[in-house]
Amino acid sequence: MTLDRLLGPAQPEIGCDACFEELDHYVEVEVAGKDADAAVPGLRAHLEGCPACREEHDSLLAFVRSEAEA
Amino acid sequence: MSTVAAPIVARVKPAVRAAKPTLDPESRRWLEELRSKGAVREEAVARLHDLLLRAARFEAVRRGATAAERDEIAEEAATDAAVNVLRRLDDFRGHSRFTTWAYKFALLEAAVKLRKRAWQDREIPFDRETWSLIPSRDAEPPVEAEQAELLATVQQGIRECLTPHQRNVLLALAVDGVPIDVLADKLDTNRGALYKTLHDARRKLRAYLEETQ
Repeated sequence: MTLDRLLGPAQPEIGCDACFEELDHYVEVEVAGKDADAAVPGLRAHLEGCPACREEHDSLLAFVRSEAEA
Repeated sequence: MSTVAAPIVARVKPAVRAAKPTLDPESRRWLEELRSKGAVREEAVARLHDLLLRAARFEAVRRGATAAERDEIAEEAATDAAVNVLRRLDDFRGHSRFTTWAYKFALLEAAVKLRKRAWQDREIPFDRETWSLIPSRDAEPPVEAEQAELLATVQQGIRECLTPHQRNVLLALAVDGVPIDVLADKLDTNRGALYKTLHDARRKLRAYLEETQ
């Protein structure tokens, strides 16, 4: 929705560089079924506000899951 | 809708992270072999390239690249990612498995290359003189009156509160959907700096909404 994209997340968020640094940790916590938002505060909000980081998160999550299943 | 102005946080200290994680045996072996010399290192670098190539291919397929594009992009992405992984080995802190840490470099390289390729022949809208967020009356799906009113207020905020640069960045990224890497290239800046501009613009807009509502 345009309005969401214009206003971005309401919660505190980390930036793109910190997101990249923490992404592998965040995804492994997610795959383990644990609380990734508690492990890396601010990353979920950043994914809501940054489509590029969101795509890279979704790809890493999907790839790690596919590797685990292989 | 909340209009809390959210600060961008450079690094948040998580409450539940171990101070110094213990490396799993496989990750330790990767680091030892990539830091060694001679045949052991060469063989480890070749294995690293193979796993980065697998990740880059996965990303290319996921993004619907053609077969020819897939091989070319994946190979370039894997090579660039391998250089970055080897250059940044000391940055690996062991909060994930080494392979997960390495994969993200390949996925990033492939995603950025494919986004740039998708936009290479498109005009990047920036610095437009005329623009409007107000949907036309026959928009599909129809926009509800409350939503249209909010968009009109946001439009006013964009005109009144933002610097020309913030306005251009916000419209390009949030309205026209220009990928952040593509816009960063055009403006000769980097993704982090551009996102900071976007974040500052959004914060001003939220504050404007809070004042006017």
